[in-house]
Amino acid sequence: MRLAVIGAGAVGSSVVELASDHGHSVTAFADSSSAVIDSAGIDTAEVLDRKRTDGVVGSAAPEDALSAEYDVLVEATPTTLGDAEPGFSHVQAALERDCHAVLANKGPVAERYADVRALERESEGGVLFEATVGGAMPVLSTIDDFDPSHITAVRGVLNGTANFILSRMATEGLDYEHVLAEAQDLGVAEADPTFDVDGTDAALKGVIIANVLADDETEYTLDDAEVEGIQDISGSALELARADGRTVRLIAEVVEGSVRVGPRLVPDNAPLAVSGTRNIAQLETEHAGQLNISGRGAGGPETASAVLADIGRL
Amino acid sequence: MSDSTDEVRSYTVRLELVDEPGELLRALEPIATNGGNLLSIFHERGNVTPRGHIPVEVDLEATPERFDGIVDALRDAGINVIQAGAEQYSEALTIILTGHLVNTDLSDTLSRIHESTDATVTDLSLSAPEGTDDASSARIRLATEEGAVDETMTSIRAVADEKGLHVIEPLAAGGEA
Ligand SMILES: NC(=O)c1ccc[n+]([C@@H]2O[C@H](COP(=O)([O-])OP(=O)(O)OC[C@H]3O[C@@H](n4cnc5c(N)ncnc54)[C@H](OP(=O)(O)O)[C@@H]3O)[C@@H](O)[C@H]2O)c1
Repeated sequence: MRLAVIGAGAVGSSVVELASDHGHSVTAFADSSSAVIDSAGIDTAEVLDRKRTDGVVGSAAPEDALSAEYDVLVEATPTTLGDAEPGFSHVQAALERDCHAVLANKGPVAERYADVRALERESEGGVLFEATVGGAMPVLSTIDDFDPSHITAVRGVLNGTANFILSRMATEGLDYEHVLAEAQDLGVAEADPTFDVDGTDAALKGVIIANVLADDETEYTLDDAEVEGIQDISGSALELARADGRTVRLIAEVVEGSVRVGPRLVPDNAPLAVSGTRNIAQLETEHAGQLNISGRGAGGPETASAVLADIGRL
Repeated sequence: MSDSTDEVRSYTVRLELVDEPGELLRALEPIATNGGNLLSIFHERGNVTPRGHIPVEVDLEATPERFDGIVDALRDAGINVIQAGAEQYSEALTIILTGHLVNTDLSDTLSRIHESTDATVTDLSLSAPEGTDDASSARIRLATEEGAVDETMTSIRAVADEKGLHVIEPLAAGGEA
């Protein structure tokens, strides 16, 4: 397939780097200020090098990438709330010309799911977004395989940064502020970790799952989620949990049309008590009991792998 | 991907045993062999039912699925199971409260929780690392009726809200608290 990759950050760059490995060519690639377009396929190594050294991918304007020749548009610009722009318009541009759209960007499917689905219905192109939930983990495709109607609940640890902080606080007996600073030094937490620690990121993923489970009957957005973060979790609370064979994890829970994210007590040895930056999603199935999917929930190559898996499914 | 069974809950089973040697042991065996974890046995020796049987109350932990197997096995073994119906099960629920617990009158908080729910506080651990004036945490174990967990949690949340306390709730996946 010919790919137009919009966004040249950790995810977009990895998609470009790994595309040929998966038998695809990249015909357009854009960041916030530039684009490179070549219907015969761009020289990915050279372009990635230019991005690293000059901060741009090429000399064309970013919007030119949208009108280039491609089969699949890969949306990897920053996740935004509300109107989910510019990601939403990029997806729209692809679908309106009957191309497929594969998203890493959570915004359009968390905040404007019905709009995205409406555009998809009018298009020959399809929309897939495995990468938006749980990075490399095949959560959405597993739900799809089972059929959403056979999944009664999904619970999971869907933010690696928050999980790193909580598991480190618990094992080292350290305070929130201390571990957060350490996570930032290690590059596990971003300079502005707000969305990770206040539960927003996990909630967006929960909302996306709820949208998939609802199968177009109800639309969910971030406003529908009950969200609580981990900023107020104290070392003493974790200590008490541990003395009782439990621990605290930031859990996203999607059950019976409700989306809830908050710190919850879980048994120490429960599958959901993953440690470090690991993620896990636990699907409650109608006929097959619980199914646990765990793995790396973030990272450039990890997320790009999910994007490329989606492209393979189209 | 991996598989996991439901999580463990605690149950109470009331049995009526024939007053014969070895009868109690015979009743406990199906519990162990079917994956139950015995917590306590209350054997009322002096107390005999009108039919001349001895009532025994057994507390155990098991996954819901195993528990069903245990009850079946007991009945198969000819043991008289008096109560194992859903409405008789009690659920254990553990929460952690954090905030200015002591300044907001912890014992009042506990009695409010007790009054507004049908739950009983069965265990309490307090941790106040910075002294009682500062934020502290308490782990509270409650026993509540099967099916009443949501209701109990709603009441606890309301009490906590009013006192500016923070509740870390259990994840009710598969019923484990
Ligand atoms: N990183 C992960 O592990 C992960 C996992 C799952 C999902 N995601 C999602 O995937 C998306 C990309 O993540 P990331 O980590 O790669 O982000 P990132 O490193 O911040 O990169 C974002 C990229 O988007 C570009 N961009 C911004 N506005 C643009 C516009 N209007 N047109 C074209 N390009 C534009 C930026 O350009 P400049 O380079 O010029 O600034 C940058 O290259 C986000 O929505 C994120 O939430 C990420």
